[in-house]
Amino acid sequence: MSVPRYWREIKYRYRLIGELCTECGAIIFPRRSLCPHCGCRELEECKLSETGTVLSWTVIQHPPKGYEKYAPYVVALIKLDDGAQILSQVVDVEPEEMRVGLRVEATFRRVREDGSSGIIEYGYKFRPIIEEP
Amino acid sequence: MRPVYIAGVALTPIGEHWELSLRDLACEAALKALEKAEVERIDALYVSNMGAAPLQSQLHLGALMADALGLYGLPAMRVEAAQASGGVAVHEAHLAVASGLYDSVLVIGVEKMSDALPQEVRSALAMAEDQEYTAYTGVTDVGLCALLHRLYMERYEAEPEEVAALAAISHEHAVGCPHAQYPFRVSVERILSSPMEADPIHMLECSGIGDGAAALVLTADRGDVEIAASTVAVDHFFLTERSDPLTLEAVGTASKRAYERAGISPRDIDLVELHDSTTIIGILSLEELGFVEKGFGARYVSEGNVRRDGELPVNTFGGLKARGNPVGATGIYQVAEIALQLLGEAGRCQVEDAEVGLAENLGGVASTATITILRRH
Repeated sequence: MSVPRYWREIKYRYRLIGELCTECGAIIFPRRSLCPHCGCRELEECKLSETGTVLSWTVIQHPPKGYEKYAPYVVALIKLDDGAQILSQVVDVEPEEMRVGLRVEATFRRVREDGSSGIIEYGYKFRPIIEEP
Repeated sequence: MRPVYIAGVALTPIGEHWELSLRDLACEAALKALEKAEVERIDALYVSNMGAAPLQSQLHLGALMADALGLYGLPAMRVEAAQASGGVAVHEAHLAVASGLYDSVLVIGVEKMSDALPQEVRSALAMAEDQEYTAYTGVTDVGLCALLHRLYMERYEAEPEEVAALAAISHEHAVGCPHAQYPFRVSVERILSSPMEADPIHMLECSGIGDGAAALVLTADRGDVEIAASTVAVDHFFLTERSDPLTLEAVGTASKRAYERAGISPRDIDLVELHDSTTIIGILSLEELGFVEKGFGARYVSEGNVRRDGELPVNTFGGLKARGNPVGATGIYQVAEIALQLLGEAGRCQVEDAEVGLAENLGGVASTATITILRRH
């Protein structure tokens, strides 16, 4: 992993920054040059909701290279409260506790390491919301 | 555009070929296909492959394979569209002949997956997805299918047994197939008691890892099997941007276009080779291809309609599940198998009186869909 390749995504991955289509109002994540729904090129940066609901989920038992030490881990398709969808790991949860409809919030976590001398990548993961009393 | 025919096909057995290299496998299939085709000369070479870059550190497969086959001077290229490389290669090759530019072309699909460790293969397969925001989460190709599998079971109240039936039937069909990687029966009970690969997908509901090569010679000279249609369509690359993840839009688009071009409807199809990389993708495909209503695919399969002697024979040599899935070669295997069926050369896997067959080859979670329809004359 080269440093610039990691660095250029930092804003979006650390702060959950997406885009708002000024034409159709779609919230787009990750960022791109035009709206995938209406083709409009006028897109404004926006902050995504940090809370959402699990639409579907799975448990990765056999991970790709670089993720071995985290397995098994949960990956979910999440609908954020602003309507955007995001794919993310869900942490601080046992697979048995996962269910469709689970309320989750974004959290900042380590994602993977590039060997013993490469960079350590961070980014968003989600975790179950524990409600205040 | 002029008609294009399949003049010769060849397949190598799929498996772990420790003694054979990427080049050995490709040559074995290509030389056999050339021998059968008896064409005067080859005008262009298309090599379909997905993983040689990450798995063998090998690119430049067009020139490499042309050299290995002694085909100097012709145009040669690698075609890559992840797991749909084969279907897209057939599309490109077919266009070249249909246009009148080339008279006869050779298409080789080749993949050598046993050279790498399993986690390296999983990373290579995840290259079909966006690296910065999809593969980045640590999800695997099976993991993405698992998200759809759970949604499907919840929305349509499908039973795990109904979904798993596709794998059991595919295995049944592979018995007696000389090129199948797993030519034996596996019961639904055994499939559902195998370890989880990505919950709710069990290991025996996924295609495996294998080496293999298949080759086709396409020609303008009139032959017994015509390419009635070859289409490609793409969908939103991110699952999160699709209006419904359970609609494989690209499959619908490519198949409608293919039926139109061939002048037929789904009812005219006598057999199908599905892209059942996991059972759920096979089932969603059956719905999207127009063979069964949305939400009824799993039931349709479990009722036995897709058996070789059923209403719609599917995966007549075992499909990706049991024949095997050497990813970049898979689309070529499928087209070769349909041709063998139409020519009556399918041996113990033969379907009676088949005239029209359809092959569906997908890349990613159907980000690319390719449809090939063959017709016997």
